Amino acid sequence: MEKLLGWIDDRFPLSKMFKEHLSEYYAPKNFNFWYFFGSLAILVLVNQLVTGIWLAMFYTPSAAGAFSSVEYIMRDVHYGWVLRYLHSTGASFFFIVIYLHMFRALLYGSYKKPRELLWIFGMCLFVLLMAEAFMGYLLPWGQMSYWGAQVIISLFGAIPKVGPHLVEFLRGDYTVSGATLNRFYALHVIAIPLMMLFMVLIHILALHHVGSNNPDGVEIKKNKGADGKPVDGIPFHPYYTVKDIFGVAVFLFIFCFVVFFKPEMGGYFLEHANFLPANPLSTPAHIAPVWYFTPFYAMLRAVPNKLAGVLIMGAAIVVMFFLPWLDKSPVKSIRYRGYATKVMLALFTISFLILAYLGAESVTPGRTIAARICTLMYFAFFLLMPIYTKLEKTKPEPTRVTS
Amino acid sequence: MDDKGDDDSKKVDEKKRRFLTAATTVVGGIGVVGAATPFVASWMPSAKAQAAGAPVKVDLSKLEPGQRITVDWRGKPVWIIRRTQEALSKLDEAKDKLRDPHSKASLQPDYTQNKHRSIKPEYLVLVGLCTHLGCVPTYQPNLGELGPDWKGGFFCPCHGSTFDLAGRVFEGVPAPINLEVPPYRFIDDNTLVVGEHHETEKA
Repeated sequence: MEKLLGWIDDRFPLSKMFKEHLSEYYAPKNFNFWYFFGSLAILVLVNQLVTGIWLAMFYTPSAAGAFSSVEYIMRDVHYGWVLRYLHSTGASFFFIVIYLHMFRALLYGSYKKPRELLWIFGMCLFVLLMAEAFMGYLLPWGQMSYWGAQVIISLFGAIPKVGPHLVEFLRGDYTVSGATLNRFYALHVIAIPLMMLFMVLIHILALHHVGSNNPDGVEIKKNKGADGKPVDGIPFHPYYTVKDIFGVAVFLFIFCFVVFFKPEMGGYFLEHANFLPANPLSTPAHIAPVWYFTPFYAMLRAVPNKLAGVLIMGAAIVVMFFLPWLDKSPVKSIRYRGYATKVMLALFTISFLILAYLGAESVTPGRTIAARICTLMYFAFFLLMPIYTKLEKTKPEPTRVTS
Repeated sequence: MDDKGDDDSKKVDEKKRRFLTAATTVVGGIGVVGAATPFVASWMPSAKAQAAGAPVKVDLSKLEPGQRITVDWRGKPVWIIRRTQEALSKLDEAKDKLRDPHSKASLQPDYTQNKHRSIKPEYLVLVGLCTHLGCVPTYQPNLGELGPDWKGGFFCPCHGSTFDLAGRVFEGVPAPINLEVPPYRFIDDNTLVVGEHHETEKA
């Protein structure tokens, strides 16, 4: 065995890579609950890739065959229903995991110097994930698939002058049609997953280059022992691989419960209207995106102007890319920040959750006002950040991580 | 590089090198654009999709006042509504609440840019897709159906845009312009063709 490893190591840096990224990658010893979600995101990604490949073996990407091929998977393919529910539930859990992963970054300032690029790579992954989920949702060719795609593609029509042509170009037809379905299928099964895998790779490479942040926001690399290893660091393997396996077990317990008992999640994971085949001549009375898009959709609806609504929705994503430069605080972690940041982060989180709720409900004048207030709050968190993070009084950061 | 390297670089014909770099970039760039063309152009509506936009003939003889029929033209829903005299007389009442009462910014053939937005006042022909994000609005022709001031019109379930019975958009809703009127013409009193222009103009 050792001979074989030596033979490989002479030709490929296998042991070197294992050491660099696992057995001698030193992570801070004070990781808490919030640090499970990076490895869980990889787990969900693998689930999506494997179940996706298997679904592609049975699915027909055409306007005539798509809906019935999904029913074929559900009824006739052996265990087809479990493959599909693993994939559809996986999509929702991907967003749960990623939203918590991003929230962790907000809590502990993980986007701050020197991790700006790490954050930006992560944001690119978030955008790719949204594109991947959106395109995947068209494939069952149900009513909600169809009208969701119609609405989202039409957003590009708000761009002055080129908008209408761009929309036609994206759809490949005068309405959402089989041409749209086929290209979304190609992008969903190969183009975007490839880009995501590449981005995951450079996200992890960037992380291992700068080192992980931690709940105290202290740079463990600044405090190295005589052996040149960070005194507050422990090797990722075996310490965090074992810890993450525990996280995986708990996660799978919850995930499987949903897959087997609540795959539709009361219409939030799989919407009721999607059990009807797409009908280009009639929109369902109540259309809403899947839950993970509802906060942004609520912002779109809150603005009584087409172009402005689209711009606000786009800006809600774009503004997150600038987070490393909006935050002027001398400390990273919420533990050592002042009241202003804590209050703003709490308000931001609450308004995001309210927007998520509102985006799934129908429009009433009262809800529109609530959505407007929450949209303002969402942007205030980001745009006022240079002011309140600079003015507030912070506590001194410790030199070592606390336990 | 050390000193020796600098000496070497003096012997290099920098001008020629720049020219070659620029020429390679330009020719390579043209090549990339050329190679990208089929990939980009393939996304445009195919010849088959373009051919599917054939005109649609509609028989109006069984359409009673107040009723609507929906036909499929280029994959889009097109409505033909026979408005009642009462509905026509109410078109002027809420004029000040409309965003574009004279349809100046809206899409319609010239021959329908009038008060009724139609060739014959009675028959309204519209593309049934909201000008906001393309959902199909619902037909709400009855007085007071959507609140006390409602004089009949259309309501988009997606984002709450409202239109009057000439497809004109109200103020304060997300839809920017009036519902589109497609090209159409009457062959005789009871037959209409969607997709062909009225009178002298050609489709």
